[in-house]
Amino acid sequence: MTAETADSTAIPAKAGPSLGLLRLAEAVSIPVGALLVSAVLFALFLLAIGKDPIQFYQLIWTGGFGSSFSIQNSLQRAAPLILTGLAFAIPARIGLTMIGGEGALVLGGFSAAAIAIPLVSNAVPVPLTLFVMALTAVVSGGLWVGFTGWLKYARGVNETIASLLMSYIAIAIMNFFVEGALRDPASANKPSTMPIGDAYRVGAIPGTEVHWGFAAGVVLALLLWVLMSRTTFGFAARMTGGNLRAARAQGLPVGWLMVVCCAIAGACAGLAGFFEVAAIHGQANASLVAGYGFTGILVAFLARQNPLAVIPVAILFGALAAAGGVIQRRMGMPDATILVLQGMMFVVLLVSETFYGRLKLFQPRATGERT
Amino acid sequence: MTLTAISRRRLLKVGAAGLAASALPFGIARAQTNVVLGIVYVGPKDDFGWNQAHAVSVESLKALPGITVVEEENVPETDAVSKSMESMINLDGANLILATSFGYYNPFVVELAKKYPDVTFRHAAPLWNKDKDPANAGSYFPYLNQAHYVNGVAAGLSSGGKIGFVAAKPIPSVLSNINSVLLGARSVNPNATVQVIFTGEWSLPVREAEATNALVDAGCEVITCHVDSPKVVIETAEGRGVKTAGHNASQAPLAPKGFITGAEYKWETIYKSYADDIAAGKTPPNFLVGGYNNDMLRNTPYGAGATPEAIAAADAAIAALVAGAPIYKGTLKDNAGNVVVDKDYDNYDPYLDGMNWLLEGVQGSIT
Repeated sequence: MTAETADSTAIPAKAGPSLGLLRLAEAVSIPVGALLVSAVLFALFLLAIGKDPIQFYQLIWTGGFGSSFSIQNSLQRAAPLILTGLAFAIPARIGLTMIGGEGALVLGGFSAAAIAIPLVSNAVPVPLTLFVMALTAVVSGGLWVGFTGWLKYARGVNETIASLLMSYIAIAIMNFFVEGALRDPASANKPSTMPIGDAYRVGAIPGTEVHWGFAAGVVLALLLWVLMSRTTFGFAARMTGGNLRAARAQGLPVGWLMVVCCAIAGACAGLAGFFEVAAIHGQANASLVAGYGFTGILVAFLARQNPLAVIPVAILFGALAAAGGVIQRRMGMPDATILVLQGMMFVVLLVSETFYGRLKLFQPRATGERT
Repeated sequence: MTLTAISRRRLLKVGAAGLAASALPFGIARAQTNVVLGIVYVGPKDDFGWNQAHAVSVESLKALPGITVVEEENVPETDAVSKSMESMINLDGANLILATSFGYYNPFVVELAKKYPDVTFRHAAPLWNKDKDPANAGSYFPYLNQAHYVNGVAAGLSSGGKIGFVAAKPIPSVLSNINSVLLGARSVNPNATVQVIFTGEWSLPVREAEATNALVDAGCEVITCHVDSPKVVIETAEGRGVKTAGHNASQAPLAPKGFITGAEYKWETIYKSYADDIAAGKTPPNFLVGGYNNDMLRNTPYGAGATPEAIAAADAAIAALVAGAPIYKGTLKDNAGNVVVDKDYDNYDPYLDGMNWLLEGVQGSIT
């Protein structure tokens, strides 16, 4: 199925040390090749509508990576996408299509802003306040998506539909409080919770203008990669994802694994919500519903549900978003241009999935036969 | 060793030359007299509404010498907007930034204005606070209710006087538009009424269509609205065979049979004055409000739905507003019977900014 599962199954004894390398080469070159193919296809699209593809890709570079400002712009935009990408990738490893990242992000951000109100008004020290806020966001997001996982395991409720609907409920809960009991009276035309104030804001990583959410995402991605590919928990989860009945027959605690994977996913998205509130908005309001949860699905798909690959893919998406503005401004193309490019990448990548294990180049020569 | 040192130096030189070359086209734009205007929109530029009104206005500036316009659409009210504005400053050399959505202001415009004190920031809602906010930030906002008053005059004489209003949220600027339509209609037809339905959101196309149908079913002969994009309301009403009056931008092409006129912002007056000030090295005003008296509004050219008497009366109403005639005058009661206006109020009186009532003659409730 994925590189890792292939790794752990059916490795011929005589494969030699180069097999891991071959697998890595395959796992890197197929998606990179797919990205290049989609770039060429998109260039043809640009030519068809009379635009200059070379200028387009130059602007992607300028806007996404061309200067220190552009790089930081890309990284800042990538920060929530790493976390929401993980929120899709982790349940996907156990075979669940959980698309509730948006709801967990909104609920996490809202609960962090809500818990901050009494803490800030009682002048609780900043580090403690931020810790409690982050913890609240992680726990509420984790419970929210974990509950959807439990519904799937215990009641057989389709997790994709349930997690999507749970997102709408989460957004409605936030709106209910933000427009009602927890509304800051000063926010007349845009209902918001009380601002946490500049002193309580999460700052930037020293030497940059990128907020700490990016670093948190990278660290979490590394930790979750270790968890999913180097521990018995991860092995059990992947085995469950590969064959639920076999895993159950082996006596694996399938339900527990599902709930935990979903809770981890919700926690990641909730943490993204915490950073949106603590680093960006300083309060909770309708701007939290910015679609990061849904873009995260795309990020995780392109990363093939590998937590480590989520990082570069999220940065690529951040860069595309950053460059999208420059392309609008310089080439006079509509905002949807970048969406077309993303759509092409997505389709080509899905097609490229079929090439795994089929390209001679990446097969060990000595043991030509595989199952 | 020497070789590497030389090549490294040469590399630096080439790099510097490359940087200089890439900066060249924008270097010209950065010269003192030239204006690079960066504008961000929250939705698409062709939404037949709020964003289109801005986009049409900056389009008219593009032809002027010494002005470069850079635009970005569909920018959400998150850090994406501060990064977009910063990118306009850093990569395009923008020296005038126009942020056109309510939620852009705090914290994004405020924080960026502190970071870039040499760039002028202006935001399209009356939020700038002299005591709290940076001096290079500011607000601009035309009082669209004056043009809605004209809508009311034209609608009152183009129909029997039963007007339906699809409204987004019961906040002061929306309420003022509803009340102004009623006052305009009553000025020519004392029996005119306005029936209002609030949808609760700035953009909810399905509910807007439902509200329009409900108003037509209730017997309304003219439909107007205050939502972000009036397209759905106007098209639905046209399809039902009733007349329409527009909002924000021109919706005339959407209703060839029933369109009367529409309340439109004339943002180009403001944008042109900002650009002129910056080109002349002056600081544009921090707080700029206006209406018909200073050329910040217009009504859409009359459509097939407007009767000759309506056109004459509406033209007269515009002339009166240009001269500063008040809209809220005399003694007026709200639709619960309380006196809410007891004297003639100037069209910019702060009392009206806090409006939380619907006048007698408006059927509908804020809560």
